[in-house]
Amino acid sequence: MAVELAAGGPGPGARSGNARVLIQQTLAVAHRSAVRTLRQRALMVFPMIFPLILFAINGSALGPATRIPGFPTHNYRDFLIAMPFVQGAMFVAITAGVDLARDIESGFLNRLALTPLRGEALLVGQLGGALVLGVVQAIVYLLVGLATGVTFASGVGGAFVLLALSILIAFAFATLGGLLALRLGTGEAVQGIFPLLFVTLFLSSSSLPRNLIKTTWFRDVATYNPVSYLLEGLRSLVITGWDGQALALGFGFSAALVVIAIALSQRSMRTRLARR
Amino acid sequence: MRRFVYVARAVAWRSIHNTVVNPAILVPSILFPLFFLVAFAGGLSRIADVPNFHYPPGYTAFQFVFVFLQSAAFGGVFTGFGIARDFDSGFARRLLLSAPRRSGIIAGYTVGALLRWVLTGTVVTLAALIAGMHVDGDGVQLVGLVGLGVVMNLVAALWACGVAMFLRTEQAGALIQMPVFVLLFLAPVYVPISLLAGWIHDVATLNPVTAVLEAGRGLLAGSPVKVGLAFATLAGASALLAVFARRGLASAERAG
Repeated sequence: MAVELAAGGPGPGARSGNARVLIQQTLAVAHRSAVRTLRQRALMVFPMIFPLILFAINGSALGPATRIPGFPTHNYRDFLIAMPFVQGAMFVAITAGVDLARDIESGFLNRLALTPLRGEALLVGQLGGALVLGVVQAIVYLLVGLATGVTFASGVGGAFVLLALSILIAFAFATLGGLLALRLGTGEAVQGIFPLLFVTLFLSSSSLPRNLIKTTWFRDVATYNPVSYLLEGLRSLVITGWDGQALALGFGFSAALVVIAIALSQRSMRTRLARR
Repeated sequence: MRRFVYVARAVAWRSIHNTVVNPAILVPSILFPLFFLVAFAGGLSRIADVPNFHYPPGYTAFQFVFVFLQSAAFGGVFTGFGIARDFDSGFARRLLLSAPRRSGIIAGYTVGALLRWVLTGTVVTLAALIAGMHVDGDGVQLVGLVGLGVVMNLVAALWACGVAMFLRTEQAGALIQMPVFVLLFLAPVYVPISLLAGWIHDVATLNPVTAVLEAGRGLLAGSPVKVGLAFATLAGASALLAVFARRGLASAERAG
């Protein structure tokens, strides 16, 4: 893909030219990232299958939980379907982080520092592969959910909103993976953080609604844990219907993660792309 | 025999030394079971309110037995990762060249797995006791529970050893881990088997881990069930997997 690397001088025309160049650069890096991800099918399969295995097992094994008084649905899979989306997004974070870390370790990022490529283009573009993975995963999880009897209280429109939210969540975690890679610099270190992401998932309302969690400290942790709101936003579309608050919190926390991770990544990127 | 013990002792010492001095290896193997204990016993304690759920020592104890046995199994699995790493780094090839009695290598790795689990199992037990777990079993019954963990650890270590030696690459990690993980979670993890319904009930009934888990829970509750079956199942699995691990070693020897 031929990419224009620099725009003309100052002025409004130059500003629009700068934006065009930035988009071109971002797309070029995103294309490379997406192709790299799609070529590593083994890397795509495991992160996709593992949440589905847990969904299949826990969807049945925790079925008796629906007999707890006050449980919001009679089908535990309706409740659990949000989990694979968030869990898959966490795998996306690792894929994105490891890919970027590999570029740092291999010196690819240093070579890019010799070009006029802008840090923002590199940062967002690098997440292109993760975004592709997020989209594929979201569609697969949705289809598996529907095939196993999950029904949407919000109807067909709700299914599309769920897809949109889950892709945003995947992108948000991908930006977090990118930030970790820029801060830590090695794939091994990024992978080492993975268990911590899982801890945030399990210390949330992933298995029971927050109001039914008996242990007080656990309920408090789940309440302060943003992952609970990502899950509840997705889950609301399946169980409740159109719940504006749950959706606002779900979209809000995802967007906030994107903004914070990209802002912090930009600072780290300046160091990584130091034109020495 | 002396040469066998010499090799086994050296490999076991190296295995446990690497674990203890390397936080990247030690910390996850301790944190994972603790995290499962917290997530299951803490987050799911309301499950005990499901009608017909009956386990007198309480839900923390119910989940402790699962996490205790899981930590035993994962002590073996993590040791398998180390063996695979030894093959990737070339150390295992030098070990095969220098060991006067190669079967001692398998014994050494399994002893290493056991020592690793002693550490993890102790931490998990202390955490559960601090969290207020009730123990209704007597001393002999608790020794029985520990015995189940020891043999579970041996079974998992032999499985991991076999796979790692057959494949001789760190990429074998998923293959070592996944079957163990799936078998464990296809047992009645969250509720007694009588409360499960559908395919998961059928699978749990056939799953050999179910008997081990039920025996462990019975021993902790002071009302033993299926203890003989559990030990017989684990003994059978150990015998089969010892052959598997030995064949894995033979495959590694042939590969040179």
